[in-house]
Amino acid sequence: MNNVALIISKRLGLGVLTMFMVSIIIFLAVNMLPGDFAQALLGQSATPEAVEAIRRDLGLSKPIHTRYFDWLVGALQFDFGTSFAKANFSSYAGTSSTANFGTVADQIAPRFANTLFLAAVTACIAVPLSLLIGVLAALYRYSIFDRIANVSTLTSISSPEFFVAYVLILVLAVLNPVFPSLSNIHDGMDFAQKLQKTMLPALTLTLVVTAHMMRMTRAAIINLLASPYIEMARLKGLSPFRIILFHALPNALAPIINVIALNLAYLITGVVVVEVVFVYPGVGQLFVDSVKIRDIPVVQACCLVFAAAYISLNLLADVMSILSNPRLRLPK
Amino acid sequence: MPSLSVTYWSALVVAGALALFFGGRQIGAARGVARLRDLSATGAFGYSLLVVTLYQALALYFGPGATFFKWAVHGVVGFGIAGYLFQQLGRHVGTSATRKLFRSMPVTAALGILLIIAYAFVAIFADVIAPYGQAEIFKDANLLPGGDPGMGGSPDHLLGTDQIGRDILSRLIYGAQNTVGIAFVTTLLAFFIGISLGFLAATIGGVLDQVLSRIVDMLMSIPQLIFALLLMTIATAWFGSEKGMVTLFMILIIAVLDSTRVFRLSRAVGMNIVVMDFFEAAKLRGEKLSYLIFSEIAPNAFAPLLAEFGLRFCFVFLTIASLSFLGIGIQPPLADWGTMVRDLSQFIAYAPFPVVGPLTASLPLMAAGAIALLTVAVNFVVDWMLHRASGLKE
Repeated sequence: MNNVALIISKRLGLGVLTMFMVSIIIFLAVNMLPGDFAQALLGQSATPEAVEAIRRDLGLSKPIHTRYFDWLVGALQFDFGTSFAKANFSSYAGTSSTANFGTVADQIAPRFANTLFLAAVTACIAVPLSLLIGVLAALYRYSIFDRIANVSTLTSISSPEFFVAYVLILVLAVLNPVFPSLSNIHDGMDFAQKLQKTMLPALTLTLVVTAHMMRMTRAAIINLLASPYIEMARLKGLSPFRIILFHALPNALAPIINVIALNLAYLITGVVVVEVVFVYPGVGQLFVDSVKIRDIPVVQACCLVFAAAYISLNLLADVMSILSNPRLRLPK
Repeated sequence: MPSLSVTYWSALVVAGALALFFGGRQIGAARGVARLRDLSATGAFGYSLLVVTLYQALALYFGPGATFFKWAVHGVVGFGIAGYLFQQLGRHVGTSATRKLFRSMPVTAALGILLIIAYAFVAIFADVIAPYGQAEIFKDANLLPGGDPGMGGSPDHLLGTDQIGRDILSRLIYGAQNTVGIAFVTTLLAFFIGISLGFLAATIGGVLDQVLSRIVDMLMSIPQLIFALLLMTIATAWFGSEKGMVTLFMILIIAVLDSTRVFRLSRAVGMNIVVMDFFEAAKLRGEKLSYLIFSEIAPNAFAPLLAEFGLRFCFVFLTIASLSFLGIGIQPPLADWGTMVRDLSQFIAYAPFPVVGPLTASLPLMAAGAIALLTVAVNFVVDWMLHRASGLKE
């Protein structure tokens, strides 16, 4: 087994272990709740018989470790149980059998697709833009352009997402109606309509993410410009643009890829606030709504989905930076 | 000076770039001006973009309408001047040490310090400055801002009142006390937990270090805002009826989650100090653990931890504001900027209305901007501190 495969498989194993621990934390945190699911489901005035029946249906009378493994095995098959809100609704409607409860997976799946769409649109705008600005800022460092880029990125990194979001709504939706301020997308829309409705949330996220990626790109390239082989290229008389594009950029790729993956991981969590501002039907919106009505199974599942996305993107960043390092890839 | 449409604007930029590039070569070569002769295509494009955009900005500024753009220009220029004046003041007033400090400081950092002082002042003296109490309810709800009775306002309430009749100006001022105060307390708590555990892990090492580090790794592998939301669900299930307890739990939850980052840093800094000779000597002298931590490690770890404090404060502040914005953070009747942004957000749609429109529409932006301005100010100062500490020259 060669070196890289060993390092990567170690890293993957650690990722799986982390995911396992995270699922334990999420499960235990939720089980610290006073009373239990059945009590919460039926409210304070429930009769003991009804509570007992629900408890039996949901398997709450089993010991905690059995319940954890049932939940974990279910979660691995994308079965996150039934949503309280939906269960309440169906019990009001008079149907009491478990089969009619709305499952959490049914609720999350379409919203997860929407969130991925938003993240993909954002990445398509943000990654090329930040690479371009980062390279230009490194090329013309300490010029007016670099200083303006520095101050404006520092400002947009430090502003809360909802500030950026409302300024964009004011400028691009209210004063100049270019994009709609509500992103109520649904299945029946064609791609162009969907894209137009997604544009404002995507632009908000772009502004927040680009700043970070651009600063890291600039720092990575400037760091390399001090090395002797760049000096050599400069003394040969190559143009500064050629030096950066063909000599510095390939070697700065590892940190840049790392930053892009980390920022995509940030996107996954940053969507929560942005989705709420634009009423975008994604996982973040569902998560916040469920937190407010204490729909525990949905909260649990959303948490797990977010954590899984976050951990796997971090994992991807690590693996990519191992792969893009020739010293590790080609052992002596 | 008419303002340009997008098509004209881009055409002008390209035309200007081409003229500057080719014309500059001819003229530069003929007159021997090296800068013009050797101008690259991208450089020419940049200068052309700068000039045309500047023209566009001036046209907008001196033209009719565009109220928000004019306000933004006033804001940026005003803050720039304030920062410059404060920097000049610092260079001439004070002890020789502070004068020296201000001489090496960029305008952005001076502005940051000025703003932090202003926020601290408003937060501490909110009771004196605010015209009314934060939970005081008046009979006239939904008064428009501007203070003009003919326009649906009232001279008693300069920024109007909200849906249930509370004075918005007073709530903005009290927001400084609540939002900034709670964020500050949370950061202090996070630092207390993080630093003490981090230094303990660095000094004692062994099993304790391993256990603490693994716990921190685990806590850090869940995105912070998501984890905070999960824990807040549980806190509200416990203390849903008691608003004060929910706020208290939020402080605890965010402090613990944020202390993981502080732990990482203080452990790393502590590890570097533990291997030094003077620390070894103190250990061999048989000093107690408390002496080792407070008199040997702490003074040497002060500088990097201070910069980290600024960054952590921004992060905690934004997390709390986001939680409140989502309706799960600081609870009413406490006035808080995050909640105010959410409650006032629908006023943005009033922007196109004449006279009262722009001021009404900027109410939610004032609350959001108050959050943004403080984090930007702290970041400006931290950026300068880190730059100075790393010894980066040019």
